[in-house]
Amino acid sequence: MRYSGFKVIKEALSGHKGWKPAWREPDPKPHYDIVIIGGGGHGLATAHYLAKVYKQKNIAVIEKGWIGGGNVGRNTTIIRSNYLLDGNEPFYEFSLKLWEGLEQDLNYNAMVSQRGIMNLIHSDAQRDAFVRRGNAMILNGADAEYLNEAQIRKEYPFLKFDDQRFPIKGGLAQRRGGTVRHDAVAWGYARSADSHGVDIIQNCEVTGFKIENGVCKGIETSRGFIGADKVGCAVAGNSGRLMGMAGMRLPIESHVLQAFVSEGLKPVLPGVITFGAGHFYVSQSDKGGLVFGGDLDGYNSYAQRGNLPVVEDVCEGGMAIMPMIGRARLLRMWGGIMDMSMDGSPYIDKTHIEGLYFNGGWCYGGFKATPASGYTFAHLLANDTPHETATAYRLDRYKTGHMIDEKGQGNQPNLH
Amino acid sequence: MRLKCPVCGERDRREFYYVGDAVALARPDPDAGEAAWDDYVHNRDNPAGVTRDLWQHEAGCAAWIVVTRNTVSHEILETALAADVKRAMS
Repeated sequence: MRYSGFKVIKEALSGHKGWKPAWREPDPKPHYDIVIIGGGGHGLATAHYLAKVYKQKNIAVIEKGWIGGGNVGRNTTIIRSNYLLDGNEPFYEFSLKLWEGLEQDLNYNAMVSQRGIMNLIHSDAQRDAFVRRGNAMILNGADAEYLNEAQIRKEYPFLKFDDQRFPIKGGLAQRRGGTVRHDAVAWGYARSADSHGVDIIQNCEVTGFKIENGVCKGIETSRGFIGADKVGCAVAGNSGRLMGMAGMRLPIESHVLQAFVSEGLKPVLPGVITFGAGHFYVSQSDKGGLVFGGDLDGYNSYAQRGNLPVVEDVCEGGMAIMPMIGRARLLRMWGGIMDMSMDGSPYIDKTHIEGLYFNGGWCYGGFKATPASGYTFAHLLANDTPHETATAYRLDRYKTGHMIDEKGQGNQPNLH
Repeated sequence: MRLKCPVCGERDRREFYYVGDAVALARPDPDAGEAAWDDYVHNRDNPAGVTRDLWQHEAGCAAWIVVTRNTVSHEILETALAADVKRAMS
């Protein structure tokens, strides 16, 4: 069933009795050509592109809970491609281009809103760094624009420009960045994958891999053994746990990142603002809530909740840059589990086990990467070669000296 | 979250700096080879459950502490001075 304006009107006139479930609930088959573990944004996107672009058949997505119940349902919905390094920027720009055509591709309203993102600048050194970043973005086909203080005052008059420690001196804007309705991304990909014949199997937890002589033959699950020629893992947050079942130790630590939303307000914030110096970023949802966040809690964790010191730190950041936020009450806060990699960049690669492929290590940049992650992972699964925008995301890049460390922090996952 | 410093007693989490997995206590020999060093520097067990990590009582006595902790419940199970743990290992 295709969604359209005509269909909405027709259903409105007939009591909305004609809507069908957006995807089936099939039982698992004994064998698939390709099994994707993880029914989140990345796993469902992988299934969609495998079926639609790479014309693969006989695919299943295995999800331990309900689809979209992990990090795609727990993030702050921002999309952007403002990266510096060659290994990253083409990939994230590819992702942003896919976001721009996503709703037509999926026939699903994901509320992609290119309201723009602005990184604030407070010093000469920071200006140099951001101008360099902007140039790197432009070289890779993205858009970037340097704004001076007067231009920012015009767009965001309510920011605290004359702060003693971090006066606002300019900003790097990416007008094509913005926000997307995160749950709709999972649902849209699921509906499209399902319509292309992908089996989406929920409430089916993976309990082990069947590996014989270095070849992955399938997975053990709470609903029995499922054979597969190829198994792709896309379970960021729980990668360590899952790949541990295949005997792998990963260059990843799991960390908790908190996010916050205020009560609904009238429109006050036109775009996304990031205050990197104070570890705070904020946007306003279409419902009116201010959606904001900051740093990781900083210690390894699999608990989807954090501690109060970071709540305090994030709120201080908000008060420092946007004092009017102090008048809004906090409505909700939550934590999500991040795969923090050793250099702050992700992995999309084959493993040393034949037929087992890995996608993870997204740090806190997983949401914006969803379309490109799915597309390039599908490319790898279908062709056994990396997509041209994802050649750098190798699991062995530390050994070969090709880490992609945007912040230059070294092997300290909690600092990326 | 409150951590018990073996020297100062139970203190707020804010007083401590988190370093990472206590893998640093098992540093390979300088000539252990590339594979051993790559594994030591980059790969982690990352358990969902009991883990051991290194913290420093930065805003207190500056002691390095090995904390045994549950990553799912955030429960602190045991703390010990890193120096004592290292001595017991050798």
